[in-house]
Amino acid sequence: MKLRRCALVCLAPLLLAIAASAQGGGQLRFCLRSDPKTFDPLRVEDDPSERVRYITGGFLMRVNRLTQKLEPELATSWKVSKDGRTISFELRAGVRFSDGTPFTADDVAYTLQRMMDPELHSATGDAFRSGEGKLLTKLTAPNKISVTFPAPVASLDEKFDQVAMMSARSPKKEMAVLGPFYVADYKAGAYLLLNRNPNYWKHDEQGRPLPYLDSIRLDIQGNRDAEMLRFLRGDIDLVDTVDPEYFTRAQTEQAGSAHDAGVALDPEQLWFNQSASSPIPAFKRAWFRSTNFRVAIWEALNRDDMARLVYKGKAQAAVGLLSPADKFWFNASLRTRPYDPQGALKLLQSDGFRLQNEQLYDGEGHAVEFSVVTGAGNKPRERMATMMQEDLGKIGIKLNVVPLDFGSLIERITRTQDYEACLLGLTNMALGPDAQMNVWISSGDNHQWNPREKQPETAWEAEIDRLMRTQASSLDPKKRKEAFDRVQQIAWEQAPFIYLVNRHALSAISPRVRNAQPAVVQPYVYWNIDRLAVNAEAASK
Amino acid sequence: MIWIKNIAKALLAAVFLASLFAGYLAPAPYAKQFREEPDAAPSRQHWLGTDDLGRDRFSRVLYGTRISLFLAPAAALLAAVLAGVLGGAAGYLGGWVERGLMAGADLVLSLPWLFLLLAARALIPLNVPPIESVAITFLILGCLGWAAGARVVCAGTDGLRNSDFALQARALGCSEARLLWRHVAPNLRPILMAQFWISVPVFILAEANLGVLGLGVSEPLPSWGSLLRELEGLTAISGKPWVFVPLLLLVASVTSFQVLLVDQEVPS
Repeated sequence: MKLRRCALVCLAPLLLAIAASAQGGGQLRFCLRSDPKTFDPLRVEDDPSERVRYITGGFLMRVNRLTQKLEPELATSWKVSKDGRTISFELRAGVRFSDGTPFTADDVAYTLQRMMDPELHSATGDAFRSGEGKLLTKLTAPNKISVTFPAPVASLDEKFDQVAMMSARSPKKEMAVLGPFYVADYKAGAYLLLNRNPNYWKHDEQGRPLPYLDSIRLDIQGNRDAEMLRFLRGDIDLVDTVDPEYFTRAQTEQAGSAHDAGVALDPEQLWFNQSASSPIPAFKRAWFRSTNFRVAIWEALNRDDMARLVYKGKAQAAVGLLSPADKFWFNASLRTRPYDPQGALKLLQSDGFRLQNEQLYDGEGHAVEFSVVTGAGNKPRERMATMMQEDLGKIGIKLNVVPLDFGSLIERITRTQDYEACLLGLTNMALGPDAQMNVWISSGDNHQWNPREKQPETAWEAEIDRLMRTQASSLDPKKRKEAFDRVQQIAWEQAPFIYLVNRHALSAISPRVRNAQPAVVQPYVYWNIDRLAVNAEAASK
Repeated sequence: MIWIKNIAKALLAAVFLASLFAGYLAPAPYAKQFREEPDAAPSRQHWLGTDDLGRDRFSRVLYGTRISLFLAPAAALLAAVLAGVLGGAAGYLGGWVERGLMAGADLVLSLPWLFLLLAARALIPLNVPPIESVAITFLILGCLGWAAGARVVCAGTDGLRNSDFALQARALGCSEARLLWRHVAPNLRPILMAQFWISVPVFILAEANLGVLGLGVSEPLPSWGSLLRELEGLTAISGKPWVFVPLLLLVASVTSFQVLLVDQEVPS
């Protein structure tokens, strides 16, 4: 009895230590598709740099990828002025950068002034540039700062989700960070090692310091096959974005590792070139400018088949310009257009088209034939285009699929306008209409079907312009939502973009990883990186 | 080694004939999508199963073989003719003509083929039916493939122009045109034949490379290149050995061409 009690007394500290570290320790490994181009959080433009910024950056507030709500981080509270120009922050006290430099309101002022410096050409700063003039920062107390922008900025607070704070005083410049990890080692083309930030401010509900992990190793791996093989072999712990065919394999070979979080934000879309300056024949431009023609094409495409065959069922026919994954902004009154080739034919006939010997002709006797350009090498898009060929063939339309290398494709759709229709996908990193301004305003460069219009060329484009400006200048979320709901309605009725499918958010996570809660907004898996943990086996490995 | 050549000949003949009669042998149209049967395993209806859009793979292989095996020799013929004309002119006329044409050949040889093909492919009008786009692709291949052959032909012509029999012919009063047509050109034939046979597998592989990049033959037409794209990806090569058939055909055909080439490479 004495011996047992003695053993228990001796083992108690060890057991306590094990319990305490149950969540902690270990290294998480996953891959980046290419080298990050910068570690400067304000110069980020590429996906790998964005991912590194997400893991290492400290943010005043951040959108919770699961709830899609803005949550306080380095700012304990904030307030946006009625005119939408000024935002005041109260900062968390006692926070230090990874190198030990204290975090103060000066750092916020320095970061924002630098971000808005036109010389820096910061893409992050572009989101805040709504008018000419200088940014004003005012320190109202050691931990309070108010920032005034030259013009009202819509969703001002939400935009801070992308702004990682930098130190004004640290000699390490951008390498001093406030996020859960800092860059400890980087070998170009090989790996990036991120170590636990000992000064990270956050604690879990039990008061234990976060993050749980000791380090993250990001291997640079451009080949998706190799990435997936390494995952299945257990060399890496997660794949944040998985293609549908690999998803099925992960499901089969490693039970419980494949996660489908549901429909994501990203749409695949088709549009017709309606630009007056494009070198396409006038009769074709007339087809493309007809709403009936565009809607008929939309209805003639079997998008359920596309989701089933091309995406192995891991996609769904898109409703409209927003995916239902955008919980707040999606217009729930809209319905998916059904596959209806007969209805499509009737619409075309109402526009003067006629079907003769299985070939569709317009009112002037031109056979309906057009080409669609898409990125060469993108197998899902090429597959969708091939399915479109067969679907449109059923209503007598001949479609020529032209895969182009990415440079030629961009040249055609942005500069020469020498194309008839284009099939491309979008990656939506942000929720809501803010990231879509340049697409929907008729003078925008990304108003792809007819870019840089001097005046809106149609009444519905004029209405969209007005609605987009209304929502951008309003600070009332309800009014903004109403305006953007109407934009979605018009886009659905007029079909300048034909939305094909919304992909699912697919990821693969090793059973060794704990606390993962895959979301539908990127990053799908490691959005809560400071709470991810690996079990003891992985830790020892 | 005769028996190896016989096997190569038989294999090429079988492949050519099968593709020639694709219209009779194919159980389904090559573009028809049986959407309820995607990725199907081989069956009585689909001997090599179906692809991910439900298209009959056997039919696509037959038609794809026809395109690759018939158009590659056509492109090789074009390249050999261009090499013969330009290389022959350079070698026979010599001087600044030779320097100019060979500088042009060097320029073409120094250009990265793939990027040149990408650029040329991007310049093709968009609204071209698939069959025309195939012809254009191979036309581009033929037009770009003359340079190496032209150098060989130039060297050969130069040698023939200064040979003893040419000297004797000139001494006997033979005109330059007759000398070129009756004496030099027949002696260039083995060189041109060798160039032709070398180019055929090169162009088959070039089209396959373009196909793998998605820039080869346009959908829905099949070719070996586009059929090889099925082998991309981890899932494609696991548990479905029948998807390797286009690859096997490509390897077997290119190897057969190489076996038959042995005699052609060294002109007598």
